[in-house]
Amino acid sequence: MSALFEVEGLSRRFGGILAVDSVSFSLAEGEILGIIGPNGSGKSTLFNCILGQLRPTAGRVRFAGRDITGMRPSALARLGIGRTFQLLQIFPGLEVRANLLAAGQEHRGSMAGRLFGPPDAGLAEEVERMLAFFRLAHLAREPAGSLSYGQQKLLDIAMAFMAGPRLVFLDEPAGGVNPGMLAELGERLRLLNRERGASFVLIEHNIEFVMGLCSRVLVMAEGRIIAEGAPEAVRADPEVIEAYLGG
Amino acid sequence: MSAGRLAGPAIGLAVTILLLLLPLTLRGYGIYLMSLWAVLTIAAMGLNLTLGYAGQVSLAQGAFVGIGAYAAALLTTAGWPLALGMAVGVGLGLIVGWLLGYPALRVQHHYLAFVTLGANTLLFLVFRNEDWLTGGVYGIPGIPRPRIFGLATDDPLVFYYFCLAMLLLVTLALGLLLRSPWGRAFEALRENPVRAESLGIDTRRYTLLAFAIGSAVGSLAGTVYAPLVQYIDPYPFALGMSLNLLLMVVVGGSGRFFGPWLGAAIAVLLPEWLRFSEGLYLVFYALLVILVLVFLPGGLMGIAERLRLGRRPVAG
Repeated sequence: MSALFEVEGLSRRFGGILAVDSVSFSLAEGEILGIIGPNGSGKSTLFNCILGQLRPTAGRVRFAGRDITGMRPSALARLGIGRTFQLLQIFPGLEVRANLLAAGQEHRGSMAGRLFGPPDAGLAEEVERMLAFFRLAHLAREPAGSLSYGQQKLLDIAMAFMAGPRLVFLDEPAGGVNPGMLAELGERLRLLNRERGASFVLIEHNIEFVMGLCSRVLVMAEGRIIAEGAPEAVRADPEVIEAYLGG
Repeated sequence: MSAGRLAGPAIGLAVTILLLLLPLTLRGYGIYLMSLWAVLTIAAMGLNLTLGYAGQVSLAQGAFVGIGAYAAALLTTAGWPLALGMAVGVGLGLIVGWLLGYPALRVQHHYLAFVTLGANTLLFLVFRNEDWLTGGVYGIPGIPRPRIFGLATDDPLVFYYFCLAMLLLVTLALGLLLRSPWGRAFEALRENPVRAESLGIDTRRYTLLAFAIGSAVGSLAGTVYAPLVQYIDPYPFALGMSLNLLLMVVVGGSGRFFGPWLGAAIAVLLPEWLRFSEGLYLVFYALLVILVLVFLPGGLMGIAERLRLGRRPVAG
């Protein structure tokens, strides 16, 4: 089976520090992969190198058979790679509906079509579906910044899925979400995976959340992958326990 | 609810009637002021797109009015129709505005303000020093008023209606533009450029477009300004006009569609109302700007918004 997504020997150096040290992994279509590891283990730097925020010092990234190393975030998004950020990233001054429209409008048609075509870029139905799916329909006309934290988090994730991406990177989706909302969020993500066939890579500190969602887990420490496998197996790995607990 | 829905169109109708009928009661100077208001509103609406919607600071809008004014002045005094002057002026505004956008890809906020301020000075020096083209400090006199569909606009009142028609056309065009996905992309760029980029919005391209379009609208205002004043020299297009246009946008309400209409009205009328204070006019104006910035970050249009939101039931 050929992989949907592959990282090969990716490294990123900051001065004398190797924040990411020749990391390699791959992902099959439809898979949900979790990346865990203590703070400062290089997870976010790895994401930023993959997603065009940082230029990797070495290594290759491939998506659907294509070399995407060092491509700009907007180009990656248009190829079908979505992402969310560790801290909420929405357009707080725009209405919820406009947030979703902005998230989907650049993925089809031409610049001229976006200037002279319909204001909703033909996305009205998809927006309605997303609003209903994330239970935000009653807030469609509210400024996004006026929503509660949990609702903003759902909107943030809904935006990443507006254009029907094949692969989505989620940076701590459970961070700051209350337990009630967390179950809901996990459920929504599982549904998106099953119904839309979207693959995920997620960084997460909430181990329970990762265990419940992911079929495979990578553990990072000091920039390297120290363990890989099924969630239960990884959890019992002495080296992983050492990385978390050891000095 | 229905009363609230009708408030917008009702105000629009009242303002349109006022703009159509008020000049009939005015004499030459009053008509000139209203024409100047229409022209400056066009330029401020262009800046409002760049600054208010796309969030890119520009302190060079006055120089773009200058580009349009010189294009119109040079071509019409050489016997060409104003329409050609407009096409050339807007074309130059687009090109130079696009180029001005490049620094914005590297620097933002007050650094960008300095870069655009430098660009304004550069363009001013071109207007002043390249006398073979611009007439230097002597300027260009005798700029003719255009003929519109065979109708002479030498009469101030007729020319005022030409200015008003241009303002309404620009307002309509910008309204359509800002409702389109382009407008949404500009706002996304202002609200959160990193997120916009991650959602496939090409932030480089939209930044350049915001500068090009906003600047070109400024140049279009310049092509109407030249036949209005009929004599241009470089000095109006120094930093003063850029700062004035910036204040119009901020006082009216940055990122509010009709903000420049109000902001420009205040900038044009206030000096007249404050004439009794003689030298103190600038002090009053500065005071007003400070008060607006402190108490009304949404500008004067922000007051209307607050009233509307205040009455609306809070969503659950």
